[in-house]
Amino acid sequence: MKVILNGESKECVEGITIENLLDLYKIDKNRVAVELNLQIIPKKELSTLVLRDTDLLEVVTFVGGG
Amino acid sequence: MLAADKIEKRIEDTKLKIGKYEFTSRLFVGTGKYPSMEIMKEALSASGTEVVTVAVRRVKINETTSLLDYINTKKYKILPNTAGCFSADEAIRVARLAREAGMSDMIKLEVLGDEKTLLPDPIETLKATQVLAKEGFTVLVYTSDDPIIARKLEDAGATCVMPAGAPIGSGQGILNKNNLRIILESAKVPIIVDAGVGTASDVAIAMELGCEGVLLNTGIALAKDPVQMARAMKLACEAGRLAFLSGRIPKRLYAKASSPEKDF
Repeated sequence: MKVILNGESKECVEGITIENLLDLYKIDKNRVAVELNLQIIPKKELSTLVLRDTDLLEVVTFVGGG
Repeated sequence: MLAADKIEKRIEDTKLKIGKYEFTSRLFVGTGKYPSMEIMKEALSASGTEVVTVAVRRVKINETTSLLDYINTKKYKILPNTAGCFSADEAIRVARLAREAGMSDMIKLEVLGDEKTLLPDPIETLKATQVLAKEGFTVLVYTSDDPIIARKLEDAGATCVMPAGAPIGSGQGILNKNNLRIILESAKVPIIVDAGVGTASDVAIAMELGCEGVLLNTGIALAKDPVQMARAMKLACEAGRLAFLSGRIPKRLYAKASSPEKDF
């Protein structure tokens, strides 16, 4: 199945959780916020929420700014 | 206690209160546009700041370094901004994401009117302030130096109102001291000058007027020597604050001799 991660299509296995996906791309979950299909996902749900085909994921973090 | 120590103590005694947070330093410093992350780290340290602003953006997949590798979050309070948002809805979304990222419930709310001027959109800013204040955010809101908007933002629940000294990144300093004076006269929340600061004297002027603090980024980050400029900004902030607390002499049109005029 495929999910859209920050605008890029990514192939992933069935049953993968958001946390699994973040781990796969070496993204530290403590430093990001995740939106799944435009809904913000609380941190504690990242390890239980299972992704489905065509899910839209936005993962944001902090960058330099004023 | 020596007089100098008393003055140091006095600076400590007058802490800046932003909602439930307290800070000794009154300088907030941005993390954008430095020549390198190492220089940013040194500049933040030299500035003495306790609050650093950051922007919220998409994670770049496969990028190995993070801004947060260079910021000690035990030492600095993270103040995420909503820079790049042009509507209340966009800014509210970014604020919620920033809070979920887990560093802070403080948000530097910034809703801009257009890309050329980067001036704030007062109507969208007000809408977003109302929503975020109700959701329990500590809202530090960027605005123009218009006293009426400043008052309305305070009424809408802003924890701190942050008028621009001059347009973002312009380095023009404090363009309208009179408006700032009017804002300061009636404000019941801290007023922090945000944006437009070019050099140390700009910071001193804002603080002498009675502003509770100054937020800046470009003035340090793009100086030829950012670390040295950061130190200059720190000193100016402290100097301006002390001058304000000390009560300056009134301005006079004519001279008044400092030495005795008689008894030669």
